Amino acid sequence: MSVFPYLVAAWVLLMGLFGVVRSRHLVHTVVCVSVTQSSTYVLLLAVGYQKKATAPIFGQADPPGSPVVDPVVQAMALTDIVVSATVSALLLALVIQVAKRHGTVVPDELHALRG
Amino acid sequence: MDGSASALPPLIVTAPIAGACVLLLLGRIAPRRLIDALALVTALATAILAGWLLAATGSGAVVTWAGGWHPGPRFAVGIVLVADRMGAAMVLLIAVLATTALLFGWRYFDTVRAHYPALLLLFTAGMAGYALTGDLFDMFVFFELMSVAAYALTGLEIEEPEAVQGGLNFAVVNSLGAYLCLFGIGLLYARTGQLGLPQLSLALSQRGPDALVFIAFGLIATGWLVKAAAVPFHFWLADAHAVAPTTVCVLFSGAMAPLGVYGVARVYWAVFDTVLPAAGVHRMMLVLAVCTALLGTVMCVLQRHIKRLLAYSTIAHIGLFLLGLAALTPEGVAASAVYLAGHAAVKGALFLMAGILLSRYRSLDEVRLYGRARQHRVVGAAFVLGGLMLSGIPLSGTGFGKSLLEESAHSVPLTVLVIAVSALTGAAVLRVGLRVFFGVGRPPEPAAEADETTGAHETPDADTPPGRIPVTMLAAVFALLSAGVLSGLPGRFGREVAAAAAQFCDRIGYRDRALSGAVPVQSAPDLTWTLHGTILGLVSAGAAVVLALLGIHHRNMLGDNNSRPAAVIAVRHGLHRLHSGHIGDYAAWLVFGCAAVIGLLWVG
Repeated sequence: MSVFPYLVAAWVLLMGLFGVVRSRHLVHTVVCVSVTQSSTYVLLLAVGYQKKATAPIFGQADPPGSPVVDPVVQAMALTDIVVSATVSALLLALVIQVAKRHGTVVPDELHALRG
Repeated sequence: MDGSASALPPLIVTAPIAGACVLLLLGRIAPRRLIDALALVTALATAILAGWLLAATGSGAVVTWAGGWHPGPRFAVGIVLVADRMGAAMVLLIAVLATTALLFGWRYFDTVRAHYPALLLLFTAGMAGYALTGDLFDMFVFFELMSVAAYALTGLEIEEPEAVQGGLNFAVVNSLGAYLCLFGIGLLYARTGQLGLPQLSLALSQRGPDALVFIAFGLIATGWLVKAAAVPFHFWLADAHAVAPTTVCVLFSGAMAPLGVYGVARVYWAVFDTVLPAAGVHRMMLVLAVCTALLGTVMCVLQRHIKRLLAYSTIAHIGLFLLGLAALTPEGVAASAVYLAGHAAVKGALFLMAGILLSRYRSLDEVRLYGRARQHRVVGAAFVLGGLMLSGIPLSGTGFGKSLLEESAHSVPLTVLVIAVSALTGAAVLRVGLRVFFGVGRPPEPAAEADETTGAHETPDADTPPGRIPVTMLAAVFALLSAGVLSGLPGRFGREVAAAAAQFCDRIGYRDRALSGAVPVQSAPDLTWTLHGTILGLVSAGAAVVLALLGIHHRNMLGDNNSRPAAVIAVRHGLHRLHSGHIGDYAAWLVFGCAAVIGLLWVG
C-alpha cells in the first residue's frame, strides 16, 4: 500500500482546519468542519484497502478465503458519515439562528460572548 | 460473576435512550407534569442501575461482549463494555447529577416541551456509554452522542443571540477535536488491526513505541482534552456554560468536562501505559495541568458574570484533576477521583443557586445583583458554604481531594499551586456570595470593559412565580451540598476510591479481566485525612476568606482602572481579548494545542 492516500488524508485534515481558522462566513466554517471530517473517511478507507481485493461479500464468484477489503473500516466510515450528517445539520441550524439573532454570519462581527 | 450483572452495562446505556424516545413520542399529547415525572423516573432508574452495577463491580469488573461476539482464534471482532469500579462510579455520578438536574427543573422550566428532558436523557446515555465502553471507536461514537446532545442543550434557548453563538462555538471546537481523535484511532487501527482497548494493549505492547504511536496517542488525547477544556482547548467551556440552561451546566461542569480527563486516563492506562515512555506523558500532563489551573484561576477571579465565573473555576479544577493524573500513580488517580466527586457536588449546587438568582432577578451580573438577594438568607448561607468547600475546607469532598492531591504530588511548588488555586477560586465564589446575598462592602461601581461579558441583562430560563423558592429547587441544592460533605468524611469512601484507583491503573488487570475474566489481586493505597492535609485545608479556606474580603473592600478586581499599575491593566485587558468568542481563534488554538501535546510527548 502506498503512502499517498495517507498524505492526502493529512492534507485534507489540515486544509479543513485552516479553513475554519481563516473563515469569513459561518456556512463556510461549517463546510470546513465537514472537510476536516472527510479526511477521516480517506484515512479509514486507505487503511482497509488491498490491491486486487473485492468487496467483503462472499458468494459464488468470491468463495470464503478470497482476498477482500477490510469491512471494519467501512463500517466505521459509515458510522462516521452518520455522525457527520447529524453534526452538520445541527451546525447549520445554529448558523441560521445566528443569522436571525445577530443579523450577521461573519465570525469577526459576533460579539455576544467575550472575556 | 452472574449473568444478571453483565446485563447491567448495556441496560444503563439503553434505558435513558428508550426513555428519551418515549418522551418525544408523548411530548405533544401528554401534560407537562407527566413528561417531567417520566424523565425523573428514568433518570432515577438509571441511577439505581448504576448503583447496582457499582456494587457488582466489587468482586471484579463486569464485562459484556455485545451480542455474545467474543474474540476467539477464528475471528477478532467483538465490541466490549468493561465496567470496572471507576467506570461504574463515574456512571453513578452522571446519573445522580442528571436526576438532580431534572428535580431542580421540575419548577424551573415553564415553556419547554419534551425536548429538554429528552435531550438531557440522551446526553446522560452518551456520557454513561463513554464511561463504560472498552472499545476505542465506541468511545468516539459515545463522545459524539453526548456532544451532539450537549450542543443542542447549549443552544436550547434559540431566541437568545448569546445562546446560539455559544452553542456554535462549542459545537465547532468539539467536533474538530473529535475528528482529530478519530484520525488517531484510524492510525492505531492501521498499525494493529484492533479497536478494543484490551486487544490494543496486547497488540501494541509487542513492539516498541514509534512515531505513529506517539502521534496517535497525541491526537486521541487532544480529542478528550478538548472535552476536558484543558488550556489551550478551554475557550468553548466558558461560552457554553454562560449560555446553557443552569441545570445543564450542572452536568457540563460536574460530569462532561471531567469525563474528558477520565477518557485520557482510561486510554493511557488501558492501552498506552506499556508502550509510551512515562516521562513524556508525565511532562505533557504536568504542563497542561499547570497552565490550565493558572489560567482558569486568573480568569475566574476577573469575572463578574456569575456563570462564567463558575465555569472558569471549573477549568481551574480540571487543571487540578490533570495534576493528579500527572503523577501517574494510583495515589494520584485516587486523589483526582475524590476531588472530582466532591467538585461535581459543590459546583453543581453553586450553579443551581446561580439559576435561582437568574430566575428571581433576571441578571447574572455580580455588580448589578449587589445586595439584592438579601431576603434569601438560606440560599446565601449555602452559597457561602459552597465557596468555602471549593476552597478546600476540611471535612468536605473537595477538601479531601485537595489534601490527597498535595500528598500525591510530593512537591512543594505543586502543593503551593494547589493551595493557591483552591483559595483563589473559593475566594471568587465567596466574594460573589457575600456581595449578592449579604451586601457586604460598598456597592461596586466598575465600568464594564468592552471586551467583557457582564451578564447584566439575562433572560431567565423560566418565569418562576414570585414568592418562596420552590421546595424542589432547594431540595436539589441541599442534596448536592450534603453529597459534597459526605464524600469528605473519613471512612469507607476513601478506601473504596483507593481500591478503584488501584484497579484503574492496573494495565495488565484491565486486559485480563476483559479478555479472560481473571481477577488479579492488587494492593490499594490507604486514603485518610492526615493532620498535614487538615492544616493545609484550613490554611487555604482561611486564605479564601481573607482574599474575598480584600476583593470586596479593596476596590480592586472589579474596581476602576485609574488606581492600578499599567502592567496589571494590560495583562487583564490582554486576557479578556484572548477569550474573544471568535471561532477561528479557537480553532487556531486547538491546532497549536494538538501540536504542543504531541511535541511534549515526543521531545526528550
